Amino acid sequence: MYLKSSYEIRDKYLRKDMLPTIFCPGCGIGAVLQYTLRAIDDLELNQDEVVWVSGIGCSSRVPGYVNFDGLHTTHGRALAFATGIKMANPDLKVIAFMGDGDAAAIGGNHLIHAIRRNLDITVILINNFTYGMTGGQVAPTTPKGLRGTTAPYGSFENPFDIAELAVAAGANYVARWSVFNYLQGINSIKKALQKEGFTLVEFLSPCPISFGRRNKLKTAPELIKWYQKLSVPISKAKEMSPEELEGKVIIGEFTDRDRPSLVKEYEAYKKRAKKAMGWEE
Amino acid sequence: MRYPFPVGTVDFIQGDEAIARAAILAGCRFYAGYPITPASEIFEAMSIYMPLVDGVSIQMEDEIGSIAAVVGASWAGAKSMTATSGPGFSLMMENLGYAIMTETPLVLVNVQRSGPSTGQPTLAAQGDLMQAIWGTHGDHSLIVLAPATVQEAFDMTIKAFNLAEKYRTPVILLTDAEVGHMRERVYAPHPDELELIYRKLPANEEEAKYPFGDIHGDLVPPMPVFGKGHHTYVTGLTHDEKGRPKTVESEIHEKLLKRIVEKIEKNKKDIVDYEGYGLEDAEIVIIGFGIVTRSAMRAVKELRKKGIKAGLLKLNVLWPFDFELIERIAEKAGKIYVVEMNLGQLYHMVKEGANGKVPVELIPKIGGEIHTPKEIIERIKDNLR
Repeated sequence: MYLKSSYEIRDKYLRKDMLPTIFCPGCGIGAVLQYTLRAIDDLELNQDEVVWVSGIGCSSRVPGYVNFDGLHTTHGRALAFATGIKMANPDLKVIAFMGDGDAAAIGGNHLIHAIRRNLDITVILINNFTYGMTGGQVAPTTPKGLRGTTAPYGSFENPFDIAELAVAAGANYVARWSVFNYLQGINSIKKALQKEGFTLVEFLSPCPISFGRRNKLKTAPELIKWYQKLSVPISKAKEMSPEELEGKVIIGEFTDRDRPSLVKEYEAYKKRAKKAMGWEE
Repeated sequence: MRYPFPVGTVDFIQGDEAIARAAILAGCRFYAGYPITPASEIFEAMSIYMPLVDGVSIQMEDEIGSIAAVVGASWAGAKSMTATSGPGFSLMMENLGYAIMTETPLVLVNVQRSGPSTGQPTLAAQGDLMQAIWGTHGDHSLIVLAPATVQEAFDMTIKAFNLAEKYRTPVILLTDAEVGHMRERVYAPHPDELELIYRKLPANEEEAKYPFGDIHGDLVPPMPVFGKGHHTYVTGLTHDEKGRPKTVESEIHEKLLKRIVEKIEKNKKDIVDYEGYGLEDAEIVIIGFGIVTRSAMRAVKELRKKGIKAGLLKLNVLWPFDFELIERIAEKAGKIYVVEMNLGQLYHMVKEGANGKVPVELIPKIGGEIHTPKEIIERIKDNLR
């Protein structure tokens, strides 16, 4: 991989008339966007054949900033819209940019079913443990005990592990990194974009304004140091006991497999239908 | 092109199946749905036909996802449809609004059953009229059609696709459990007999830059299709002519919404459709839509035999609503009766149209049964006594 300058990436892929972004200082979405664009650039994907889809939230504004076809939809529904796009035109490569609240709460059912179908799509998931756009409410990913405006005394619920959920539901490729895992992040996105079926790359991404300052992590560097403390590489995690892993976040590649994708399965289904009708041998 | 059902001839089929066949003939190649009585037969027929015509029929996790997938497929270039009934229709309100805001052509069939909530799943009603028109939040407009026979269900499905493509809008086909489950003789035209409309595409790169701009002066912007190199951005946020979010500029919001409403309103003449019977000399006019107009027609004929000058106005399009037509009728008639299978929805629109020129009375019925002609006749005769 050759690392082009950020300016080159910006000029090639961003819509200048949409800038500046809505993102706050210290936000991690810009970094993850850059990784995604670098992966696309490195793979030399045709800009005309990639569609970006999103729901609602800070990270869901990303399709508006990139110079591709883009569908900015309703809260949580990105993957359902994406199902229509991909199935109506399988030649398109579809990327969904989602937040943790968007994907795992209001869109939780669409997420598990898109994965179950093995829909051909790459999900880039920004996990900042909170609802950033609406001002820092707790999310289904907020670690127990940490604060949000709707649990000001500390979350009393168990969080979802989205990567593990995606593996269990049947995704072809799942990885999780934090935003400071620069090369691993880009490489995972590249891998995900090249595979058929459902692929998901999750990033722990700082939200100092809505999440950090309520949890004694007021700046992005403080959040990143906290991620370093929290995260355990998957190889190391395999040797740790459940007690040792309590409260930790595992990072790395969770799965990399090649189950038949929805597009492939539907192609076979069409053949089956025509055969059943005696239209084809 | 080979069709998996008879074309250019007649068949004896259910209303739901007629809708599925007509959709295929209209060029629909994407269907997403979720099982629900009494609309499931549309989905089941689509599941048989779609893979045979190289289209897609997919069962989503719920109705929210169904209409979402349909919107996505429409932007990918496919004529797309979903069908549901009351509970699913309620779930679809969210993305129906998205389709209106993003001017996405699609057809949404609501095979009405009795509500609210789960209500009477197998029985017909006309209680979703106001929801069809006004159910999604915010100012908006769309098109609502209502068939009364299986043949009309067939013909109006084709019309629904044509209107959706012509005006870049969602179109609701508001049918009901009776029309949906009834079997009747249907003529399915040969594809060569059909006049099909396809959405206006941008003629060049310059036009493609304004996917939400009235660049032709007809209020309907050309619609770019994903994957053609236009790099179109589509959002449910208030947006300018290029599709860029503009969420606090009141003049941009007003301009966008007024165009979305006016593209329907100003083309009312092209869209509205009705049938009249005996209206020339009618002193009593019955107004209704859908299945119940078949009872009303019988009632009108019986009343005329008894020397009462009755007439029928059967509305085939419920939105845009032809208030002026109602006013013209009100100017001539002595009394208007609105017959509907609910506790009064069309009634209020008719009253507004009649503009106080003539008394308007409601003949409501709920519980899942259609008014009998006798019930309508008795009610009118009671008033004459």
